[in-house]
Amino acid sequence: MTEFTTWDILRNLLLAARWTILLSLVSFIGGGLVGVAILFMRTARAKGLRRFAWAYIELFQGTPLLMQLFLAFFGLGLLGLDVPAWLAAGVALILWTAAFLSEIWRGCVEAIHKGQWEASSSLGMGYFQQMRHVILPQALKIAVPPTVGFSVQVVKATSLTSIIGFVELSKAGTVVTNATFLPFTVYGLVALIYFALCWPLSKSSQILERRLNVAHRNH
Amino acid sequence: MRLDFGWLAEYAPVLLKGVGITLQLIAVGALIGIALGTACAWARALGPRWLGRIVAVYVELIRNTPFLIQLFFVFFGLPSLGLQLSELQAANLAMIINLGAYSCEIIRAGIQATPRGQFEAGASLAMKPLQVFRHVVLIPALQKIWPALSSQVVIVLLGSAVVSQIAAEDLTFAANFIQSRNFRAFETYIVTTLIYLALALALRQALRGVGWWLFPIRALR
Repeated sequence: MTEFTTWDILRNLLLAARWTILLSLVSFIGGGLVGVAILFMRTARAKGLRRFAWAYIELFQGTPLLMQLFLAFFGLGLLGLDVPAWLAAGVALILWTAAFLSEIWRGCVEAIHKGQWEASSSLGMGYFQQMRHVILPQALKIAVPPTVGFSVQVVKATSLTSIIGFVELSKAGTVVTNATFLPFTVYGLVALIYFALCWPLSKSSQILERRLNVAHRNH
Repeated sequence: MRLDFGWLAEYAPVLLKGVGITLQLIAVGALIGIALGTACAWARALGPRWLGRIVAVYVELIRNTPFLIQLFFVFFGLPSLGLQLSELQAANLAMIINLGAYSCEIIRAGIQATPRGQFEAGASLAMKPLQVFRHVVLIPALQKIWPALSSQVVIVLLGSAVVSQIAAEDLTFAANFIQSRNFRAFETYIVTTLIYLALALALRQALRGVGWWLFPIRALR
């Protein structure tokens, strides 16, 4: 039987952590793009669009991410596609992230004073012009800290993709545990790697928030 | 593509049993988790500094690692320290530890929003610090943050789906079992997802009701 040193374990986990980082980036960027679309629908003037966006957000925030992963995995399969785990993981995580980001951003858009809408409307701007030139530039500023904060949730959420068989940090932890029979050490190290990924994000979100509050107080 | 829900009648009892376990997990997790969170919030906001530091480390560790890994650590890792837990005990413990950390931060925000005059008024009535906390500070603090706390409990309910991975027989475990029998994975998970949605909506309403019962004085804001 092969002996595993702590370094062997750590090296394997770190190699797998690359996939956690990649999937997090894909989910966050993809979710951000879909999230903007949902945000526009959620704040649109047409009632139908607003309803659709509301239902989308309720559905994805009100059901477990694990179920969404299962449904993406088996649902895409039903359409006759041969679904690799990374595809189902990516699709489910992008849709899930979009629901949360659009809801966070809606709060930021609604925090912009109503007079800004009225003023830009009185200048003859259409909805997209208002968003582009007046509302979003201001909303963006308050949106940064909670958005960075939510990226922590995305990194942690990628751990669920191990359950549908995507090999990232958590799956590697299980595999290495099965090979070494050292669950305490392995899952401890896995937790520490996640911590090393997430903690800087949490901390910077806090710092950004504090800075923003200072800016607000000076107004 | 044709969907088939004919299996539903046969397997409804299995789903129902899973729902029961999931509800039991969230009930125990929420009750003890919020109690733990309250104690931790006291330690961070008002307790001795050394205790506050320890609690801060606990909170940061839990909030920056996935629930799945916490669960695996409790179930697979702790036995090597001599703490052997059943699947349900491990699931319960992991949920308590998880909610404890999140609710600590939420409740702490409520405590820190309490005006200084409240503490002073309590002290001037010859109350000891813990009495002030228990009788003067805590209830209004909880009332302020109750919506945020409720959302966190719903998040823990949805997160509890992963306890099926250590073979705790919750709703997701039931779904996994059923789809291994009827080979109708998509339909099974659709039904299970809708049940989770209904549970989440019901839990939100229930927590709103608890809020009305816990905080009868509306003016306290």
